Amino acid sequence: MSLLSVKGMSVDIGQYSVLHGVSFEVPEGGVFVLLGRNGAGKTTTLRAIMGLWDPTPGSVHFEGSEISGLHASEIARKGIAYVPENMGIFGGLTVAENMVLATASGKYDGKRLEWIYELFPALKTFWSKPAGALSGGQKQMLAVARAIVEPRRLILIDEPTKGLAPSIIANMAQAFREISEDTTILLVEQNFAFAKALGRDMGVIEDGRVVHTGTMTEFAADAELQNRLLSLSGAEAPA
Amino acid sequence: MQGSLTVKIAALALWALLLFAPFLFQDVRQIEVAARICVFIALVASYDLLIGYTGIVSFAHTMFFGFGAYGAAIALKQMGPGWTPVLLGAVSGAVVAAVIAAFIGLLSLRVKAIFFAMITLAAASVALVLASQLSGFTGGEDGMTYRAPDLFKPATKLLTDADGKVLNVLGVRMNGKLAAYYFVFIASALLFWAMLRIVGSPLGTVLKAIRENEARAEGIGYRVVAYRTAVFVIAAVTASLAGTVYAVWLKYTGPETALSFDIMIDILLMVVIGGIGTMWGAVIGATALVLAQYYLRDLMEVAAGATANVPLVPELLSPERWLLWLGILFILLVYFFPAGIAGTLMGKREAE
Repeated sequence: MSLLSVKGMSVDIGQYSVLHGVSFEVPEGGVFVLLGRNGAGKTTTLRAIMGLWDPTPGSVHFEGSEISGLHASEIARKGIAYVPENMGIFGGLTVAENMVLATASGKYDGKRLEWIYELFPALKTFWSKPAGALSGGQKQMLAVARAIVEPRRLILIDEPTKGLAPSIIANMAQAFREISEDTTILLVEQNFAFAKALGRDMGVIEDGRVVHTGTMTEFAADAELQNRLLSLSGAEAPA
Repeated sequence: MQGSLTVKIAALALWALLLFAPFLFQDVRQIEVAARICVFIALVASYDLLIGYTGIVSFAHTMFFGFGAYGAAIALKQMGPGWTPVLLGAVSGAVVAAVIAAFIGLLSLRVKAIFFAMITLAAASVALVLASQLSGFTGGEDGMTYRAPDLFKPATKLLTDADGKVLNVLGVRMNGKLAAYYFVFIASALLFWAMLRIVGSPLGTVLKAIRENEARAEGIGYRVVAYRTAVFVIAAVTASLAGTVYAVWLKYTGPETALSFDIMIDILLMVVIGGIGTMWGAVIGATALVLAQYYLRDLMEVAAGATANVPLVPELLSPERWLLWLGILFILLVYFFPAGIAGTLMGKREAE
């Protein structure tokens, strides 16, 4: 049984139909990468899974139970964390306060925190500083750290490498590899090199529909498919 | 950090002055002013929790204050002096405040801030009209006078000397009036302390997160409407309790002292003067405005007298123009302390 199963999910925002029948299965463990061009509906898919858009109709099952229609807070309590594209951290609060906010109980496990410090040493340095003073890369680290402050079953991450320096992207990739050992990651990414290095399974969204699913190894080997679905050779080629 | 330390020390110094007020200022009017400051600190702090930590603009804060005041007033009037009516009034005022706040909150905290503000304004107007119309129950425009619990009667002897007369300590008579003042002081300090605790608690962090970015708070799984409603209820109950305290102190409750929009404006001015979202600013804002309201006129009279020989100046400083000067002072304050006294001190220093 897959961890997350999305069936025929459609989302209308105002008068625009953004998703029309998105279906895919995220198996337990590893990194599942959702690829697609700008505006294909990747972010909307993540937001709809998280309960931040109401999907009508369609269903989202997480660990076998229906979660579509639930409030974001209930979905979070089921063990899904969301790292939005703009990082979604609170600049006016300290790094520590940002982390506390993401815990269910208001306390964090010291051992887990040590592990997070190992993944992202900068957070230890800036622990009691306002998050707004962090650099872009550090903000992204905080956003990811916040998602793993407590054990989760699934983390939805939206374009974590956007605008980051190559050295930080490498740090991020290493962290994701380690996190995905015991937590499933659903990653939306435009940076194909990054996605290729991490992904085990993948899907491609085009115009609000999933048009391809399979393993990353197969997809990475099929240049023609990549070209057709992502126009990697075209002007939109990601950095 | 240094700035917020300065603000905290200043606020604590003001609390210390209030603690020793009966010994430092023995005039009846001065004690009246000190008690009013105490009650308004609690009231302004509860309003700051609302506006400063969640960004909710409500014009119904006086209404909740009035619920507590009228609760105690009606109970004391009907049942005679005693602690039971005070308690009953406090509880019933707080319950009514909580229910109405929850109702307004759930109904309208989803809508835009301006509509919410209008709804609270409408509710407050209805409460004011009801209080003056239901005169059999509320005393109407004239309000109600009643007696406070016996402990607070001026004739009550807290401590007696060898002859059985009221004991004087440092020139202060240990009578019921003193007990009444310390009732006001302790109750207000407890309410203020409760507000500080809430702001410093995990709930306070969530509120700050909501204030900063509602959508992001939703995104990590917080129900913004539920939190806002909860805070609106907490602020309403606190205001109601402050109202009960003030009603017991004044031994009079009427639309002017408990429900009028003048009080709402005072609260808004105090929050702005102290600094929105600082909590400690409530102490500074309430003290500054109450002192100005009570003593600016006296000060101007002295100034006008001192400049009697100078042309024009005494005219300008005439005590009748005190409101004009209060307005000017307020404009200057907002100009030099755009984030309020506490807010500007805390923010400026921290950025350095």
